[in-house]
Amino acid sequence: MPLPRSASALSPPGLLFAGLGLFLLVTPFMTLAANRIVAGEGLRAWALAGPGATGAGLAAIVAGLLFGAQNVRRRLRLGGAAIGLCGLFWLIVRGAPALLDGAGDYARVSPAAGFWALLMVFLLLMADALAQLSPGPLLRGGLLALGLAVLALLLGSGVLSDLSIAQEFASRKSAFVAATLRHLGLAFGSLAAAALIGFPLGILCHRKARLRRTVLPMLSFLQTIPSLAMFGIMIPILGWVGASVPGARTLGIAGIGFAPAFLALVLYSLLPVVGNTVAGLAAAPPAALEAARGMGMTVGQRLLRVELPLGLPVLLAGLRIVLVQNIGLAVIAGLIGGGGYGTFVFQGLNQTATDLILLGALPTVLLALVSAIVMDILVDLVRATPEARP
Amino acid sequence: MIEIDGITKVYDGTAAVDNVSMIVETGTITVIVGTSGSGKTTLLRMINRLVEPTSGEVRINGDATSAEKPHLLRRRIGYAIQGHGLFPHHTVARNIGAVPELLNWSKGDIRARVDELLTLLAMEPAQFRDRYPAELSGGQQQRVGVARALASRPDLLLMDEPFGALDPIIRMRAQEDLRRIQQQLGSTIMLITHDMEEAIRLGDRVAVMDAGRLVQHGTPAEIVARPATEFVANMVGDVERPLRLLSLVPVSEIMEEGPAEGDALPAEASLRDALSACLWTGRDAVPVMRDGSGPGRVTLASIRARAERRA
Repeated sequence: MPLPRSASALSPPGLLFAGLGLFLLVTPFMTLAANRIVAGEGLRAWALAGPGATGAGLAAIVAGLLFGAQNVRRRLRLGGAAIGLCGLFWLIVRGAPALLDGAGDYARVSPAAGFWALLMVFLLLMADALAQLSPGPLLRGGLLALGLAVLALLLGSGVLSDLSIAQEFASRKSAFVAATLRHLGLAFGSLAAAALIGFPLGILCHRKARLRRTVLPMLSFLQTIPSLAMFGIMIPILGWVGASVPGARTLGIAGIGFAPAFLALVLYSLLPVVGNTVAGLAAAPPAALEAARGMGMTVGQRLLRVELPLGLPVLLAGLRIVLVQNIGLAVIAGLIGGGGYGTFVFQGLNQTATDLILLGALPTVLLALVSAIVMDILVDLVRATPEARP
Repeated sequence: MIEIDGITKVYDGTAAVDNVSMIVETGTITVIVGTSGSGKTTLLRMINRLVEPTSGEVRINGDATSAEKPHLLRRRIGYAIQGHGLFPHHTVARNIGAVPELLNWSKGDIRARVDELLTLLAMEPAQFRDRYPAELSGGQQQRVGVARALASRPDLLLMDEPFGALDPIIRMRAQEDLRRIQQQLGSTIMLITHDMEEAIRLGDRVAVMDAGRLVQHGTPAEIVARPATEFVANMVGDVERPLRLLSLVPVSEIMEEGPAEGDALPAEASLRDALSACLWTGRDAVPVMRDGSGPGRVTLASIRARAERRA
């Protein structure tokens, strides 16, 4: 019976990725437009440049998909993802100047749906292959650093500067830096504020069941308010505070801008922080707590030596949720003048300039992704209790 | 000496512990035995003030426990519970050193004490010191729990069903270990159990509790031979009584000169062991090992005569 053998020699998700990837190869890979506003003309991967330039890229993509589909050598699956990604960028780097050649001064080239979808396929393949190899937290950190270094090299070397999104960036360098700082300030600042309020509140909720029964439903309710509505509600409230409380305006509190965006993000963060603090502290085994009390630990010593160390992974998981959520939500702050990458997204939407939207969206996605990976590594590192050995 | 003086705990108008008084001599094991709901755990927890008494007083070596801050009091009273309650994120060494750490002992002193206790409990320090509780067997975890309770050389060790989670064979071994360690260190121990067998085997004194009251407090032999109430008699078990009594008497007490066939018993064996050996091998007498003067013997007739004295 050949069936069982072939079933273990091939990876089911890998097969799905390979099928999807081969299909995506026939969708438009790049677009060429006359200027930055108009919709461009889609071009398939093999039509970007001469066969001498595209052949290597196409071959790398197909080879990457095939390596990913097998399940015999698992490291090769990871290699397949890397080879595929190289192929994708090879096509972009070689295709962009070839397409622009003689297309006019205002012509713009951008990656099209085929590129983005294939990028997604190879990233998923990479995640799947990594999950199979289950590397330790330190190795994962090393791989992340390597990935970021390659990305920085790619962006810094200027080989992508022909792309439309790079031109949008080139004309907004200082605005981009300001937006980055503001976005980080919103996301990490609200995280810090939420932790400062949420940890003590969570500890109190852990101790007092009555407080917990009041606070957690209130925070859940806050969480259900749609983000646009939340930002909207902040405008009149903080506008009134800025106008009527002496000194508030000098602190920068006003109906629009940084303050309402920051406050809304803090409110959204409270439920994950408080909820996970309560869950983490409750994770300590009752017998260990009874023993801690019986041996003469004070309330503070029990918290610091038993409850917090045992609950730390759950507490950090709460911060991870908040960080990733706030990096995404901070984009909407752009709508009420809060700054950040959202500014580019909403400007782009107004101008129907897709690449300006991407200039705001792509760094947001990257930031969220990196934060999630780093926080996961931290959670693994603080999981100090070893599992029972068989 | 631990003096428990008219101690009472009232919950919602019902007395969980009702005016209990007893004295625990230094260097002895007192086993408190009772059914669940008899108030034995509440009594124990009032001694280290995990539960505050409604009235009455406990004095340790003459000093009232109410005069001290509860957490400071607890640091000089060892406490071991069922299911050990070890800290899963700390190594064996850190678990055992928990109370000395609270008492600010130096690192060297803590380390020396941890190794001393591990050795005492037949756990090789180099092998076990840096393991985590999850990497130990149930019996080893329980021993570490006892070591932790003993770490700061407490005036008194309270044990709440310490062997409740162990299987019968490991349990027997843990009881023997505890007896040996107690004799070696001269510790004062109060231990709770619902198992009369365990109480009789371990206790110098046995205290029987029923519905919050102390119904009898005496030596194991007194409890078995002269139960004060029907409840105590039931706890002892009528059918088991002669055997329980025999288990309390060492063979050396009625050993006589004379020959006997078969394998010899050690001198510290009980009459129950001797009876069992007689019945199982169909002998009328069994030899007993003795230092110096050659083996003696115990006969079936003398066991029977001893059992009829009922004390």
